[in-house]
Amino acid sequence: MADGDTKPEKIRCDACPVMCYIADGKSGACDRYANHGGDLVRLDALTIVETTDQALVPFLKTGEDWDGDIVQGSRPFVTAVGAGTTYPDYKPAPFIVAQEVDGVDMVTVVTEGIFSYCGVKVKIDTDRHIGHERDVVCVEGEPIGHVMTSEYGSKMLSLGGVEHLTGGSKKEGRVTCDALLQLCNCEAVEMVIGDGEHQTTVVVQAGKAPIINGVEEKLMRVGCGSAAIGMFAKQWLGQVDDVVVVDDHITGVLSEHEAGKQLDIPPTGLKIKGRRSTPGRYFQVADPGTGWGGTDIEDPLTILKPFDPKVARVGLNLLMVSTTGEQFAFFELDENLEPQPAPIPPKLKASADLIAENCEPSVCSVLFMGGAGGSLRAGVTENPVRLTRSVKDSLAYVSCGGAQAYVWPGGGITVMADVLDMPAGSFGYVPTPALVAPIEFTMRVEDYGALGGYVNEVKRLEDLQLSTARKVTLSGQPSPMSSANYRWPKR
Amino acid sequence: MRPMAALLPGNRLHLQHGPMDLIIGAEGARAAAFEAARARFETVLDELVGELELLRTQMLPGTPIPKGAIALRMHTACRPHRQTFLTPMAAVAGSVADTVLDYIINAAPLHRAYVNNGGDIAVYMEKNQGFTTAIQNHAGKELGRITLNSEDYIGGIATSGRHGRSHSLGIADSVTVLAETAAQADVAATLIANAVDLPGHSAITRTPANALAPESDLGEARVVTHVAPLTPEETNRALQSGLVCANTLRASGHIKAAALFLCDEVRVFGHGFTTTKRALERT
Repeated sequence: MADGDTKPEKIRCDACPVMCYIADGKSGACDRYANHGGDLVRLDALTIVETTDQALVPFLKTGEDWDGDIVQGSRPFVTAVGAGTTYPDYKPAPFIVAQEVDGVDMVTVVTEGIFSYCGVKVKIDTDRHIGHERDVVCVEGEPIGHVMTSEYGSKMLSLGGVEHLTGGSKKEGRVTCDALLQLCNCEAVEMVIGDGEHQTTVVVQAGKAPIINGVEEKLMRVGCGSAAIGMFAKQWLGQVDDVVVVDDHITGVLSEHEAGKQLDIPPTGLKIKGRRSTPGRYFQVADPGTGWGGTDIEDPLTILKPFDPKVARVGLNLLMVSTTGEQFAFFELDENLEPQPAPIPPKLKASADLIAENCEPSVCSVLFMGGAGGSLRAGVTENPVRLTRSVKDSLAYVSCGGAQAYVWPGGGITVMADVLDMPAGSFGYVPTPALVAPIEFTMRVEDYGALGGYVNEVKRLEDLQLSTARKVTLSGQPSPMSSANYRWPKR
Repeated sequence: MRPMAALLPGNRLHLQHGPMDLIIGAEGARAAAFEAARARFETVLDELVGELELLRTQMLPGTPIPKGAIALRMHTACRPHRQTFLTPMAAVAGSVADTVLDYIINAAPLHRAYVNNGGDIAVYMEKNQGFTTAIQNHAGKELGRITLNSEDYIGGIATSGRHGRSHSLGIADSVTVLAETAAQADVAATLIANAVDLPGHSAITRTPANALAPESDLGEARVVTHVAPLTPEETNRALQSGLVCANTLRASGHIKAAALFLCDEVRVFGHGFTTTKRALERT
């Protein structure tokens, strides 16, 4: 993807005697092999998903009969990974594959789509502050997306999209495409969120914990501070006079909280900064950050105001703990009613550990999202809108590299798929810049004919030359050809 | 990676090696013909690669004559057109098709046979046999038919244009040429497609060929990468320019017929074509 700055050396392809010199981002004379960042990659290594219940029988060679390769007794699903694309030509998709499944002649139209309208939605399981909503996300100084609405226990990023791919400068498009490609192929991408003094560096990799300002996140919070009080109040009863669960969202105070009241826990005179929502629940006790419970605090005492001398007493003890249980501290009030650190009793330490144990591991999830536009649909049928309708009517099943894809309601075919469910290396790019992603439409042969499909182009699975194809198994994914996916009567 | 061979549905043989994809059909002693094709194809790419540098060099008076049999066919097909910028690569696909076809019709008794090398097709038919081929545009829509008879003495069909695999200097969607050999048809289709052009027109985007494909034999020649919509008058002017080139080639005996397609317009001359769109001009 180099343009201008540092152009890597050309590489020499040794796949055939032509021995092309191929520059980065280009393909050789055959259009089959290409230079991807200095690596020679085969563009058309078709990938086949084997359903787990049926194994693929090895291909048979039948001597001099030129019988080609035969798939027997199995139900492999030809994915679009490596199928090659038809863009921007409107010729039929590279592979239109027919095979019989449970007595229904199924057709899968396999193509690799070039998605200019595409991006990723990233879910980062953390309560740490990674940026404010609407903050810009940059890679190599180029904007590639922004922070969007937070979800429960997770921060969300929206990256890519046509505005960054082709709407900005050439470098912006190149960097965006490169970042999307890496994210989709489950590689790590370092991004900087926000500007000026509020910059946060986050390393995102699908299926891995985020690394925020150089620190690897471990756990999602068990709940907000108030929820944590509700969940653990009974275990604290009789062990400690008061508990503060520090959280960027809602910090909870046991003695004031409804849960504490129910257990007849007496007031302690504890006063806390922030804005009181309802009894025992406080917003904005500190600024967001990467410290305790997603706040910017390292010393929890900074959120406390002096105790009320009318209520507090010398020797009163207090547990402060974060919503992930990773940080905790135990204090006792001295003769001036000021909290002093004290050794934590084992039972309270165990309650902090229990909070940590109830937190799920923090991971980054990367969902590819793209729209199957005009030319891609035209590769499937002469009447593209009928394909859209067939998808909406559950007559056609959409998958990405064999993985289940969520199809958005409304117009067009806008899909989302978890990149972890797809075969490794499913994504490619073109210098447009745009991502190349696999997409398959599976339906009955008669439905394919009815929607104006290229019925004459349909090849029997057994007629495809698949000896060089890559075979993978995807676990936990529904078979795209299962009749359960379709609206038509089951047999 | 060595050459690969596979049988396709409809009794067709697929041979592939590097950038070459051949689809071969044969009627008669098919098995023997396919075996011969496979044997001949084994060394085709190696033969060409040995002289690749020379074959990618512009042909000028005094340029050495290549030695290999296929390279010589390329040189011979291109030689008459040296006045325009041309390298022998302009005829590579057709020359390979001719070579393999000649080999199989000598190796086995056949009624009809063809070797389709990525759209450049060498055809053979016995006396009183014919061939019908469909012309499709890049959208897969049928544009017309080519009907050949043995007495037409046509042995090659080639198509060139913007939507093919190699780059074009012109704006033609496609130009299909019928000639005595596939090599002749190949180079003529390239020349006519290049001639369908509106030099300097703002609707046409061009990029140096070597910026798209560093090893392109076209070097810095600016190939067409995009054509914005044209008026009917402009379309007519571009096609007319291609027709002038095609007429010259026919007058000098290099081709038999041609069909030029641009923006839903078509110009046809010579025998063999029937187009679905009314041919506006027949000469």
